[in-house]
Amino acid sequence: MRDLIVCQNLSKQYGKGIRALDDVSFSLDSGRIVGLLGPNGSGKTTLLKLANGLLQPTSGEILIAGNAPGPETKAVVSYLPDAEYLFPWMNISALLEMFEDFYKDFNQQKAVSMLASLGLDPNAKLKTLSKGNKEKVQLILAMSREAQVYFLDEPIGGVDPAARDYILNTIISNYSEDALVMLSTHLIADIERVLDEVIFLQEGRVVLHDSVDNIRAQHGKSVDALFREVFRC
Amino acid sequence: MAWELDNTRSIYLQIVEEIERRIMTGRYPPGSRLAPVRELANEAGVNPNTVQKAFAELERSGLVFSVRTSGRFVTEDAERIREMRKEVARKASEQFIRQMQELGFEKEEILQILEEIKETKAGDTDA
Repeated sequence: MRDLIVCQNLSKQYGKGIRALDDVSFSLDSGRIVGLLGPNGSGKTTLLKLANGLLQPTSGEILIAGNAPGPETKAVVSYLPDAEYLFPWMNISALLEMFEDFYKDFNQQKAVSMLASLGLDPNAKLKTLSKGNKEKVQLILAMSREAQVYFLDEPIGGVDPAARDYILNTIISNYSEDALVMLSTHLIADIERVLDEVIFLQEGRVVLHDSVDNIRAQHGKSVDALFREVFRC
Repeated sequence: MAWELDNTRSIYLQIVEEIERRIMTGRYPPGSRLAPVRELANEAGVNPNTVQKAFAELERSGLVFSVRTSGRFVTEDAERIREMRKEVARKASEQFIRQMQELGFEKEEILQILEEIKETKAGDTDA
């Protein structure tokens, strides 16, 4: 679907001073994996929170399949927030049940097989898991929905390289032609080969929006190298 | 594991080159069926759209053709594949000769070195 996500003149100001997002506009088609890249504090998480209705825009709008964030979009959007948000006392199987109850598109079988591949015990309580394993559980829950849009905020930051490969392969093999995956990260080198296009954010503005192959052809360098150049400190 | 890819060049071109190489080395024989996009994307560790784009390029060049509902196949034109191999061999040789000339070797010396290597290699296989 063309223009599955449309963002128009989106701005978000926190309090009086800080403009976290400043007049951001772009549109994204389905069937794509999009990287949302930028240094710390550039507005990545703010953008994803706006897309999921956790924040209200100061001005402008973001539409998903024509709808502003709300019950219609939440039914088709799978969101992995950047923070731990699940009850720590629950065990993994109970979490699967909860997701099954909450989301029509949740595929429990998929979740069970991913848990097994990553060696996670369904009877383990969340609070007994390491930070990386907690992240894996959250990601498995997010990826086990058969959603139209996946917003993944730093999905691979805390997990080891082997699990990272597995997760990237899961993203590649799971998503369908009419789905869109948008993920924020600063581990660009690890993921750029699975991305179709990237959006660079700098101080709340879009400074670049292009396909990975175009960037490589035009600049003769990887997206990672270009990022280091654009955002040199 | 994922394919070794050069970080500074277009990914789809490198996928094209790798498939060409596999066709030339006979790993993908003439007329054989290619793996589906998703499977190859998984193997290479790249985005399926990138593999799709590489296939489109290979189809455009005629090295690969698609049959509706049954998939993509390597061309049956064995002559074409032989030509490609010769072309690659010629380029590799040219590069080799250039490097040798840079080191200051003349034609006769280069041939002598090649003869020597050939003999050692032959010795290896005998042993």
